[in-house]
Amino acid sequence: MPEFLTDWGLLVITFVPLAGALLMMLIPQENEEAHKQVSLLASLLALALGIWYLIDFNYSDAGSLQYVVDESWIEVINSRLIMGLDGMSLPLLMLSVFVMPLVFIYSWDHIPHPGNAKSFLILMLILETGMIGTFLAQDLILFFVFFEVVLLPMFFMIAVWGGEDRRYASLKFFLYTLFGSALMLLGFLALFFLSKDPTTGELLRTFDMRVLSDVAGAGIVRSSQLLIFGGMFLGFGVKVPLFPFHTWLPDAHTQAPTQGSVILAAVLLKLGTYGFIRIAIPMLPEAAEAWAPWIGLFAVIGIIYGALGCLAQTDMKRLIAFSSVAHMGFVMLGIATLTDFGINAAIFGMVAHGLITGMLFFIAGSVKERYHTLEIKRLGGMLLQAPKLGWILGFCVMASLGLPGLAGFWGEFPAILAAYQPANGIPEETFRGYMVIAAVGTVLAAGYLLWLLQRTAMGEAPEEFANDPEIVDVKRIEWIAWAPFLFLIVLFGVAPGLIFEITDPAVVESLDNCLQLEGGCEGVAAAAQATFGG
Amino acid sequence: MLAQLDATPVETPEIVWAGLLPLLILSAGALLLVMLRSVVKRLPADVEPHLITAIGPITVLGMWFAAGLAGTDVPLAGLRDDMGEPAFYIGLALVMVLAGTLVRTMEIGLDAAITVGLGLSAFAATWGIWDDRWQVTGPFNAIGDQFAVDGFALLFAGVLAASVVLVALLLDGYLRRESLDGPEMYVLMLLSAAGGIVMTGANDLIVIFLGIETLSIAVYVMAAMHNRRTESQEAGLKYFVLGAFASAFLLYGIAFTYGATGSTNLVDIQIFLSSGQLVDNGLLMAAFGLLLVGFGFKIAAAPFHAWTPDVYQGAPTPVVAFMASAVKAAGFAALLRVFMLGFFSHVDDWRPAIGALAVLTLIVGSVMAIVQSDVKRMLAYSSISHAGFILVGVHAASLAGINSVAFYAVAYTFLVIGSFGVLTVVSGVGDRATSLDDLNGMAKRRPVLAFMFTVFLLAQAGVPLTAGFVAKFEVINAAVDSEFYWLAIVAMLTAVVSAFLYLRIVLSMYLGTADGDAADLGDPIPKAAGLAIGIAFAVTVGFGILPGPLSDLASDALPALIGAG
Repeated sequence: MPEFLTDWGLLVITFVPLAGALLMMLIPQENEEAHKQVSLLASLLALALGIWYLIDFNYSDAGSLQYVVDESWIEVINSRLIMGLDGMSLPLLMLSVFVMPLVFIYSWDHIPHPGNAKSFLILMLILETGMIGTFLAQDLILFFVFFEVVLLPMFFMIAVWGGEDRRYASLKFFLYTLFGSALMLLGFLALFFLSKDPTTGELLRTFDMRVLSDVAGAGIVRSSQLLIFGGMFLGFGVKVPLFPFHTWLPDAHTQAPTQGSVILAAVLLKLGTYGFIRIAIPMLPEAAEAWAPWIGLFAVIGIIYGALGCLAQTDMKRLIAFSSVAHMGFVMLGIATLTDFGINAAIFGMVAHGLITGMLFFIAGSVKERYHTLEIKRLGGMLLQAPKLGWILGFCVMASLGLPGLAGFWGEFPAILAAYQPANGIPEETFRGYMVIAAVGTVLAAGYLLWLLQRTAMGEAPEEFANDPEIVDVKRIEWIAWAPFLFLIVLFGVAPGLIFEITDPAVVESLDNCLQLEGGCEGVAAAAQATFGG
Repeated sequence: MLAQLDATPVETPEIVWAGLLPLLILSAGALLLVMLRSVVKRLPADVEPHLITAIGPITVLGMWFAAGLAGTDVPLAGLRDDMGEPAFYIGLALVMVLAGTLVRTMEIGLDAAITVGLGLSAFAATWGIWDDRWQVTGPFNAIGDQFAVDGFALLFAGVLAASVVLVALLLDGYLRRESLDGPEMYVLMLLSAAGGIVMTGANDLIVIFLGIETLSIAVYVMAAMHNRRTESQEAGLKYFVLGAFASAFLLYGIAFTYGATGSTNLVDIQIFLSSGQLVDNGLLMAAFGLLLVGFGFKIAAAPFHAWTPDVYQGAPTPVVAFMASAVKAAGFAALLRVFMLGFFSHVDDWRPAIGALAVLTLIVGSVMAIVQSDVKRMLAYSSISHAGFILVGVHAASLAGINSVAFYAVAYTFLVIGSFGVLTVVSGVGDRATSLDDLNGMAKRRPVLAFMFTVFLLAQAGVPLTAGFVAKFEVINAAVDSEFYWLAIVAMLTAVVSAFLYLRIVLSMYLGTADGDAADLGDPIPKAAGLAIGIAFAVTVGFGILPGPLSDLASDALPALIGAG
C-alpha cells in the first residue's frame, strides 16, 4: 500500500477534511449529532493517514522531499499542484492533524453561542484543509492559496461565534493578514520573473519551491532580493506575529471562541514561521542574512514586549495571547540566527508552543465556561474548587515558562543558545546582545505565568463563586481532549530527539546551499536523552 | 460629367454577414420585439403561457442556426453536417423539450423570455464564429476595414451577450415587482448591447463613436426608467448630461487624431504613426488626453468617476448590473483597441497617463468606499476601484496585460451581475432597502442568498479559489512582468483597503440583527433572478478553481489585436 501514500496520499490527507465538510453540507442543520460525528471522523481519518506517514516516512532521508505529487494545475500562470513531505514539514503536519480531532472532541458539548454546529464544524474542517495544504505545498501559488484559505474560516469563526468585540477583532485579523499576504504575493511574483538558472543564466519562470530553493536567488540583484524578502517578511511576519505587526493577535484571541483560539495558537501562527524557514530563507539566503539582525531585533522586542504586556493584562485569555507574542519571539530569534541549530530549535519551539498554548487556551475556555469571566481579579482558589483543573493549569504554566523536562524548554533554551553563535556574516555582538535580552525574557515569562497561576489557582475561592454549582472539575470530554496534549508535552520534554532527529536533516538540507553550518543538534538531543532518560 | 461618374462606380465594401451575426441578432431582435409589442399589446391569457414555453425550443433552434450560420463560409454548411444522424435529432428534440420545461418552471414573462433567447442566440453566434473563423483564418473584417471580427471582439461580444441574458433574467422579477412591466427596458438593453458589440469590433474611431452613442443613449434612458422614483430620474439626467459632455470630449479627441494622422481608421493610424512621419506630436498628445477623458467616463475611472455613485444609487438595480458589466466591458474593449492597435507605437507617450489614471482610480475607488453607508454606493466605488485594477492591466501594454484585461472583464461581469442581482432581490419594492443596516441579519432570513453574496464580495476582494483572485493575480502578474512594481504595490494595497468594505457588508449580513420593520421579509426569490445569480455564482467559483479554459480563451483572443497592428 505504500504506493497509495506515494501517489495520492498527500492529496487525500489534504482534502479529507474538505470532503467531510462537503458531506456535512448535505446533512440538515437539525441533525447536530451527525455533524459532530462526520467532522470527528474526517479529522480522525486525516490523523490516521498522518500516523501512517509517520510510520512509513524514510527517516534516513528526512532531508529530501518524499511522496512528491506533481500534477498540472493552472497552466496559464505556470502554477502546478506540487506537494511533498520532508523532515521540516512532517512535525507541523502531525501537529495539525493531531490537534484538530481533539478540538472536534472538545466541540462535542462546547458549541459556542449562537450555536449552529453545522456551520461551525464545517468551517473548522475547511480550516484543517488549509493548514495541511500549507504545510505540504511545494508550489508558491498553491502555498499562497492554502495560506489564504485558512484566513476565511477563521474570520467567520471570530466574527460569528466570538465575544463582545468580535466585529472589530475579526476585521482586524483579516485586514492585517491580507495586507501582509498582498505584499508577499508580489514577492512571489517577483521571484517568478527574476529567478535565473545559475549555470545557464536563463530565466526560470517557475513557482516550483524545490527549484527556487535550489537556485537560492541566483541572478537576482541584491537590492531586489532585499525588497522581495521584505515583502515576504511582511506576509509571514504578520502571521507569526512579529512585534510591530502583532496587535491583531490579542484581539483575535480574546474574541475568538475557545476552539478558534486553540487552533489559532496551535497551528495558524506556525504558518508564518514555517513560511520563513520553508520559503523566505532558503530562496533568498543572501537577503535573509541582511535581514537577520532586524528579524532578531523584532524578535527580542517581541519577547520583552510580550512579557511586559502579559504583566499588564487583567484578562486571562488576553494574557495567554500576549505570551504567544513572547514565545513566537523565541522562535523567530532561533530562525534569525540562520544556523541549523537555531532553526531546529525554532521548529521544536513551534510544536511545543502549539501544544502548550493550545492547552492553555482550552483551560481558559473551560474557566470561562465555569466562572463566566476571565478577569483574573475575580478568579481564585481554583485548586480548592476544581483541583484537577487547577493542577492542569499549573502544569501548563510550568511547561510554558520553559521548565526543563517539559516541551517548552527545548524550544526556548536552544534558541537562546543559538543566538550566541549566529551564522557567518551576521554580526555576532548584536546577537549576543539579543541573547541576553531573550534570557531576561524567560525570567519575565516565569514571572507573569507564575503570577497568573497564583492569582487564579491559589488562595481561597472568591465569595461570588464560593458555592457556585457550575464550578465543577474536569469533565470526561475534557479529559479525552486534553490527555493527549499533556502526554505529548511530557514526552517531547523528556525525549526532544524525537523531533530534532526528524527536522535536522531537512534544515541542514535547506541551509546548505550557501550558509555555513554549525554543529548539528544531535549533541543537544543526546544530552537531553541522557539527562532525562527518554 | 454624369457619364464619367457612371463609368467609375463607387466601390462598396464587401460585407461578411456571418461575422455581423451577433450584432444583427441583438439589434434586429430589439426592433422585432418593439414592433411585436406595439402591435399586440396584450396576448390572450390562454395563449401567453404556451407562447412563452415555446420560446425555449425556439431559442434552441435559434442558437443552433446562429452557430451554424455564423460558423462557416457557406451558410448552413454546418447544419448539413449535423443532419442525417438519428441520434442528432433525438438529442435536439430532448434539448428542446428540456428548454421548454425550463422556461415553464422559471415563470418568466414573454419579453424577458424573448430577450434571453436573443441573448443566447447571439452568444451562440459568437461561439460559432470563434470556433470556425478565428482559429483558421485569423482576424477578418466584416465591413471593409471598418469593423473587425477577431478573437478580441468576439470575446467581448460574448461577454455582452452573456450579460444581456443574465440581466434580462434579473429584470423580469424586478419589473413585475415595481409594476413597470413592458418591453421597453428589454428593447433598450438589446440596443445598448448591440452598440457595445459595435464598440468591441470597431476598427475606426467614427464607428467606435457610433457604437458608444448607441450604447450610451439606451443606458441613459434605462437609468431613468423607474418613473416613480425621483432618484432614478435624477440618475438618468445626471448620467445623460455628463455622458454627453464626455462624448463631446471623445469626438474632439477623434477630430484631433484625424488632424494629427490624417485618418480615423485605426490600422491606417497605426501604419502612419509607426512610419515616424509625425515630427511634432503636440496634436496627438492632445488627442490622447481627450480620448482618455471620453473613455475614462465610460469606464468610470477617476477623476471622471463623479457620476458613478449617484447613478448607481439611483438607477434601477438590474440596470446598474448592466452598466457595471456590459458598459464597462465595452468601454475597456474600445479603449484597448484604440490604444493598443492605433497608438501602440507611441506607447511611451500614453502609458504615463494611463498609469496616473489607474493609481488615482484605485485610490479613489477604495478609499471613498470606506465611508459609504449605502451598499449600492459602496459597490459603485468598488466598481471604480475595479476599473483601476483593469487599467493596471492596460498600462502594462503587453500580451500578458491584454490577457489580464480580458480575463478581468469576463470575471468581473459575472461577479458584478451576481452582486447586484442579490441586491435586486433583497432591496424591496422601490429599491429602498439598500443601506448597510438593511442587510443586517440577512444570513438568518436568506441563508443561501447571503452565502452567495458573501462569495461574490470575497471574489471582488480577490480571495483565492474565486475568479476574482485569478483576475487580480493576472493583472498584478502583467504589471510585475513589465517591471512596474510600484503600480503593482499600489494595486495590492488598495485591494486590501477595499477588502475592508466587502467585509463590512459580510459582517452586516452575518452579525447584525434586523429591525422589526425591515423591508426585506425574506419573500421567495423570483426564480429567474435566482437562476441568474446561480449562474453567476457557478462561474465565479468554477473559474476560480479551474481558470484554465477561460484564460486560454482570453490568450487566444489577443494576438489578433497586436498582430493586426
